[in-house]
Amino acid sequence: MSRRAITLRVNGEEVTALVEPRLNLADFLRQEAELTGTHVGCEHGVCGACTVKVDGRAVRGCLMLAVQCEGAEIETVEGLAASAQGSELCEAFVEQNALQCGFCTPGMLITAAELLDDNPAPTREEVRDHLSGNYCRCTGYQAIVDAVMDVAAKREMS
Amino acid sequence: MTEAARFSPLDRPNSYVGRSVSRPNAAGLVRGRGRFVDDLTLPRMLHVAFVRSPHAHARITAIDTAEAAKMPGVVRVATIDDIRDYCSPWVGVLDHLKGIKSAPQPPLADGKVFSQGQPVVAIVAASRAQAEDAAELVDVSYEPLEPVTDPVAALEPDATVIHPELGDNLCFQRGIDAGEVDRAFAEAAHVVETTMRFNRHTGVTLEPRSILCDFDPSERALTLYMSVQCPHMSKNLFAKHLGLDENRVRVVCGDVGGSFGIKIHTYPDEMTAAALSVMLERPVKFVADRLESFVTDIHARDHDVSARMALDAEGRVSAIEMDDLTGIGSYSVYPRTSGIEANQVLNLTGGPYAHKNYRARARVVFQNKNDMCQYRGVGHPIAVAVGEHLMDKAARMTGLDAAEIRRRNFIPEDAYPYTAPSGAIYERQSHHACLEKLLEACDYKGLRRDQSAQRESGVYRGIGLASLVEITNPSPAFYGVGGARIASQDGCTLRLDPTGGVTLATGVTEQGQGTETIVAQVAATVIGIDVNDIRVITGDTDAVPYGGGTWASRGAGIGGEAAFQAGKALRWNILGVAATILQERAEALDIRDGCIVNAKDGMERMPLSELGRIVYFRGDTLPKDLAPELVVTRHYTQNQYPFCFTNAAHACHLEVDPATGLIRLLNYWVVEDCGTVINPKLVAEQTRGGVVQGLGAALFEECLYSGEGQLMNGSLAEYLLPMAGEMPDIFVDHVTTPTATSELGAKGVGEAGTAGAPAAVMNALNDALQPFGVEMTDMPFTPEKVLRALGRIGGGGED
Ligand code: FES
Ligand code: FES
Repeated sequence: MSRRAITLRVNGEEVTALVEPRLNLADFLRQEAELTGTHVGCEHGVCGACTVKVDGRAVRGCLMLAVQCEGAEIETVEGLAASAQGSELCEAFVEQNALQCGFCTPGMLITAAELLDDNPAPTREEVRDHLSGNYCRCTGYQAIVDAVMDVAAKREMS
Repeated sequence: MTEAARFSPLDRPNSYVGRSVSRPNAAGLVRGRGRFVDDLTLPRMLHVAFVRSPHAHARITAIDTAEAAKMPGVVRVATIDDIRDYCSPWVGVLDHLKGIKSAPQPPLADGKVFSQGQPVVAIVAASRAQAEDAAELVDVSYEPLEPVTDPVAALEPDATVIHPELGDNLCFQRGIDAGEVDRAFAEAAHVVETTMRFNRHTGVTLEPRSILCDFDPSERALTLYMSVQCPHMSKNLFAKHLGLDENRVRVVCGDVGGSFGIKIHTYPDEMTAAALSVMLERPVKFVADRLESFVTDIHARDHDVSARMALDAEGRVSAIEMDDLTGIGSYSVYPRTSGIEANQVLNLTGGPYAHKNYRARARVVFQNKNDMCQYRGVGHPIAVAVGEHLMDKAARMTGLDAAEIRRRNFIPEDAYPYTAPSGAIYERQSHHACLEKLLEACDYKGLRRDQSAQRESGVYRGIGLASLVEITNPSPAFYGVGGARIASQDGCTLRLDPTGGVTLATGVTEQGQGTETIVAQVAATVIGIDVNDIRVITGDTDAVPYGGGTWASRGAGIGGEAAFQAGKALRWNILGVAATILQERAEALDIRDGCIVNAKDGMERMPLSELGRIVYFRGDTLPKDLAPELVVTRHYTQNQYPFCFTNAAHACHLEVDPATGLIRLLNYWVVEDCGTVINPKLVAEQTRGGVVQGLGAALFEECLYSGEGQLMNGSLAEYLLPMAGEMPDIFVDHVTTPTATSELGAKGVGEAGTAGAPAAVMNALNDALQPFGVEMTDMPFTPEKVLRALGRIGGGGED
């Protein structure tokens, strides 16, 4: 299969690579950009483990091809964690034990960050609804909801 | 004894036992810095993909790999004939399960396939995509054989025998007949009966099974980077079946993306990957995709139970009788066997209750489906649901309240240690205390009032209770006595470093449940240092003491006690050296916050970093006959009882919409007793995660097979799982009955949530359905089944 050159920005850094047209964004990030924080749980858009931000919106990395991201701005969990807003969320996750194995966590964090961007003061039900596309086998979800609510409360106070 | 009393001698600045310390390893995971197997890349690494059987039962008549072998990137295409000499078959039996039998299981299909998804051909290529491309060109010819899928039909005399050399399709059976069951039923004032169906479901770890095998021919050494629960067991099994020196096999288990019993068994594809690494002398990676996970990760449950209970006029249980039939796929899984689950069902049904007469039979049957084996809760969800459903039925028949009938039947407080008619021995349980605390927490009376009021307005709510016992801290009686090299002991090594920090290596493993945190909490408490000054190593068989890893809720109870004993030994060694340096009696000194202090007044004498400096770099200043030993290892085996049982009481509150059949979970409460609570937050989170797994099993999850043995819903889009929107908040509280088998007093907590939830949700559902006079006992309780039970749609009701 003939490879194609793409250039995009990942967590603020420019990345250029020759990729097969069939390579999806999640695999691109993991294998080409060597950012293994983005996880793959189903490869068909259901589990949410591969969620990353593309031009500011949370998308499934397994449902998008790398070649579709030419010129795009990608944010992965590594980038999110390095930002001030993101690290607040990360700390809340640790504090509330909102992760056990941590495999769903990168996708959860990106999804939660998007929710708080759009709706800074969500109810518990809204948090549960928004996270409903992200599967977690370990936690039972409650601690994740707690962590997101903590961050919302903290931001409201400041 | 309260925790405070138990730990009061250590109740100093570093008393971490009982505190919700957060997990140090979580900080990396939230930053995308986890190290899962698929995150690793080795030089010259290859990938393997498998051609798997589309048939549940067939003879292989020809395999043509010529086209596949020519594909770009392909390094090797292998069938059983290519790897036969690299990997021997295995048989999943244990000596103590009398009469259990299974056929030799090969790494790749050897002439016949016995289930859909069984690996037939392995393709090794430079990338997984290339291996998959080539796999599509492999041509395997099959002659289909009759699939045997129904366990009842499998036992008929004229049934096709799946493995003809075994004679029939019965893998294992066991019976218990204790007391005078017939007489108890004949004399009973009340008898309740039921039949129940427990759906086949699976673990769905978000990280699939993953292995990276790296063979070094110069030393004939194999390193396996694995997502696994029990590294030492894997080391033994891979060495044994690959014909390698066990001392030269190393298992490295980094982060594990969920396991729950899935990652504790021997899988043909993983064995094949390792054999190929040995054959090709290159690293070979295998990561299951989601479809492979659904069709080959072990499945769970799949039981049909009929049971009855006899009671006297006061509602006291006099006898239980049950029959359990379970389908386990085409092999008993190695090395734990697929007989243990049914064994547990027999051992534990009716566990919380005093009754003398018990008859039970379990039959474990081969079928042409994926293999069934130990998954979180192992047998408990069935045992608990059977006992608790009968209890609720008995309550309805006798007119007693569901809580009251349990109170009347719990094992009396003064009867411990208590031997159940199944032979299970309970050291001490707190059923009464758990139930009373639960009823208070959920405002049981208030819920009942609300229920009546709501019914008036056509809202159907139900409250379900479930009391349970759960096996933890297993002794060698679980597997060791059966001949399996699965350690029930575990060890902890502590090293005081020159900095005054401590490096802790433990044989128990971490899958996110918090093992690393709790062993550090225990060791820090006992030694007298800041918990952040302990660094924990797990999962690497070259670096940690020999141990069993994570299974049967043993991490805290066994690994925690090993850390406790190692901590005491290191502390004593440190004080001995300090006593010499300070010209003081060791008894007069103590360690607090990383400092040697006077025991009496707490005055600081010397930081541990200074002691470390002297011992490691200025040994010349110490007396010649002093041999400081700042590394200690202690091991622990629980061998006073076969198991240390925990107990718990669950309550589920839900609402059923009779128009749609939808069940809405309103609240859930758990009061559990895992003995000494090392970290309340982690205990609560283990409980919550476990409960949600049990709710998934009861309400959503099912591996649906066609009559031909084809899995019909092998994707996350079709296999329903509990998601955030449907799950309730879960209240967790504790009663604390430390086990006297260890100084720490901790029992396990990992599985009790899963054990109790299906029973509680079933009881709540049937409570809600009372006004309609129907009962449901066929899990999962889907809206469709609810509507059928209510007669709103056709196809026959249940029960
Ligand atoms: S891997 Fe993309 S949604 Fe599951
Ligand atoms: S923490 Fe394991 S899947 Fe969510």
